[in-house]
Amino acid sequence: MNVLFFLCGIVTVGFVLCICIYLIVSGVPAIGKIGLGNFFLGKIWKPTATTVEPSYGILPFVLTSLCGTAGAVLLGVPIGLLTAVFLAKVAPPKTANLIRTAVQLLAGIPSVVYGLVGMIVLVPAIQRFFALSSGATMLAAIVVLAIMILPSIINVSETALRAVPKDYEDASLALGATELETYFRVTVPAAKSGIATSIVLGVGRAIGEAMAIIMVSGNVPNMPKLLGPVRFMTTAIASEMSYAPVGSLQREALFSIGLVLFLFIMMINVFLNVVIKKERR
Amino acid sequence: MKKIICLALALAMVLTLSLSACAKGLSGTVSTNGSTSMEKVVGILSEQFMEDNSDVTVTYDATGSGTGIEAVANGTCDIGLASRGLKDVETEKGLVATTVALDGIAIIVNAECPVEDLTVEQIADIFTGKVTSWEDFGGKGDIACIGREAGSGTRDGFESITGTKDTCVLAQELTSTGAVIAAVKSSPNAIGYASLSAVEGQEGIRVLTVNGVACTEETVLDGSYVVQRPFNLVTVEGKELSQAAKAFFDYMLSAEASELIVKAGAVPVAEVEEAAAEEATAEAK
Amino acid sequence: MTFEKKRKLWNRAVRVGVYTASMLTAALLVGLIGYILYRGLPNLSWQLVSTQTSYIRDTIGILPNLVNTVYIILVAMAIALPLGVGAAIYLTEYSKNRHLTRLIEFAAETLTGIPSILFGLVGMLLFVQRMGLGAGILAGGLTLVMMILPTIVRTTQESLKTVPQAYREGALALGAGKWRMIRTVVLPSAVDGIVTGCILAIGRITGESAALLFTAGFGLKLNNFVKALHSSSATLTVALYVYASEQGKIDVAFAIALILLALTLVINLGANYAGKKLRRN
Repeated sequence: MNVLFFLCGIVTVGFVLCICIYLIVSGVPAIGKIGLGNFFLGKIWKPTATTVEPSYGILPFVLTSLCGTAGAVLLGVPIGLLTAVFLAKVAPPKTANLIRTAVQLLAGIPSVVYGLVGMIVLVPAIQRFFALSSGATMLAAIVVLAIMILPSIINVSETALRAVPKDYEDASLALGATELETYFRVTVPAAKSGIATSIVLGVGRAIGEAMAIIMVSGNVPNMPKLLGPVRFMTTAIASEMSYAPVGSLQREALFSIGLVLFLFIMMINVFLNVVIKKERR
Repeated sequence: MKKIICLALALAMVLTLSLSACAKGLSGTVSTNGSTSMEKVVGILSEQFMEDNSDVTVTYDATGSGTGIEAVANGTCDIGLASRGLKDVETEKGLVATTVALDGIAIIVNAECPVEDLTVEQIADIFTGKVTSWEDFGGKGDIACIGREAGSGTRDGFESITGTKDTCVLAQELTSTGAVIAAVKSSPNAIGYASLSAVEGQEGIRVLTVNGVACTEETVLDGSYVVQRPFNLVTVEGKELSQAAKAFFDYMLSAEASELIVKAGAVPVAEVEEAAAEEATAEAK
Repeated sequence: MTFEKKRKLWNRAVRVGVYTASMLTAALLVGLIGYILYRGLPNLSWQLVSTQTSYIRDTIGILPNLVNTVYIILVAMAIALPLGVGAAIYLTEYSKNRHLTRLIEFAAETLTGIPSILFGLVGMLLFVQRMGLGAGILAGGLTLVMMILPTIVRTTQESLKTVPQAYREGALALGAGKWRMIRTVVLPSAVDGIVTGCILAIGRITGESAALLFTAGFGLKLNNFVKALHSSSATLTVALYVYASEQGKIDVAFAIALILLALTLVINLGANYAGKKLRRN
């Protein structure tokens, strides 16, 4: 019996190894064929050009993913943190429960639904507001991503805020600070590592999102432009995979993008485990 | 002993012969793969075929003409679907294209756009970015060009007829005909190209006339609407199709299928041949 | 400005900020649900949910997608549940090697962080191509197993930990073997937590789309279970993407979005309820 359960446990490790191996094995060949510099620093992605040499530069995708995630975090963290403070400290219990349920529901909504509403509501709105020719822009993707990472930020931050010992707050109040001052000058800094964890979780979620943003971001391999169509690493894989011929360099290059994405996620994970958790000690 | 064996063999032969005579119904799977523009045509034909032959399953993967051709070349599907002619590279691989219908590529703009007609040169200028504002045509705002991904047969057809290969500057690159229509519908400054069969019956968009000619089945048939391309069934030369696949292939080219093809918005090749025959007899007179 | 004035201003501004952020979050949810109801409800019809799409009759039906979603939940849970519970049992009851435990837990944690599009990529390479399963419910289900395993392992582990040690010792003292003890005493007491984990996993499966695009496919035809295992079968989320993005049938997409929303709501409430029952025990 022991052996059976042990095997079950090992399967988890097996899956992770499988994923690593497959991504590395299928991603490396293309990087070799294209050349490390051309691949990472190349600004042009035209894998099917027939009148000129095809180019496989993924810099636009990498920069777009980074900028998009940064934008989503800039937009989502302040709102998320303020809401977390509200839920943890300011709100009366009934209101808090209501809003907490709302946050939980937001977390459960499938990403395609966000994409759909974004495509129908947000994209035309951006187009009209900024007088553009098309609203499918990085801005739309940033807004959608920000909404999607809100629940993670709120949940984890709230837990972290609640975990701060009451003595800290009592001491601050006794010294004459108002409640809000206490929350933001004492509680939040004390919950720093938990809040940082929530931000890292949000970053991980944002950089890996594909379906929600494929419908709102325009899908053109440009360098990141706030009010222009862009392609993220994730949407690059999703949009070309279904028609890249099997065995072609284009398809292998898509696997390489997957490998790059995986490396980014691993770096974020390591950052989370090593830097943030160490600070807790 | 010998007598029993002979009797048994004879019985076996009779049984197999009678069974094969009973097996009139087709069965099996026919896999088709390729052009997204051919979705309605293949969809309606396969649905009827499956209703007539209940043991056959026809599958359709909408991956784009380029991928469909690859798939049939390396044997992962029975019949490839391409909304363009084959390139030299592809015919050299032993691929054969059989035209099942002609399809117009409709140039569409949003219903709010005041433009109604463009020449091929104007369309080329718009899509290559030489002209960027609707004001040149009596409208307002910047033009957003919506096009297809690189492997698309529709894109290939559009670019070869307008002479804009590899030089299109697109605001959005979408992966199917339906997606282009949806994008043009939701954006007042957009212009795009999509298969006529998918455009019919759609609201919120206007189909432009090209060089003064409207995009309809008739004008595609007589060639006056120039932006058109063939719907091709691609197979490997000399390779035997399975019984079910062969039957479906023949069905698609038959006269019974013509009505359904028209319903799907394309021009069946049977009609094209009819029209050519009529022209020949008219000339002969 | 005097210090007092600045301080009052700060407090007021922060108060406004906190309330605005929370109202915004709540409004987002209400707006989202309201809009989907508004666009989706008029398009929801019996014909839509009980037939499949027909070109000849020019109608649209999403029955195949509903059925596919159910199939894939069954396949994924049938594999992931025993694996996950087995792994959790190993971690809490059998494991004597602390390093091994840490390794398995770290693997599970890593799996949670990987974006779904990478699961889809690896799933395609491993299950669809390498193992030759072809795009279908089986390949899609196996890919989902990789994604939901950590959830089941974690919730089962936590629920096993809440079983009092006394139960275990009592059974062992009465002469039961270890496996018998686990089977007859520990597992039944931990059932609530396992059920919660299952509900959470089902919720995740229902909303998943990126992982299924290339593993379960885009097919919109109705198939029986055995056939669906190997044929391209789109679940509700993928169907939403196809109808919205590729076919431009926005009304159908909103109807699907409404159904997905309703399912998410029911599953969320179910998980909440099960979770509360667990905590009460």
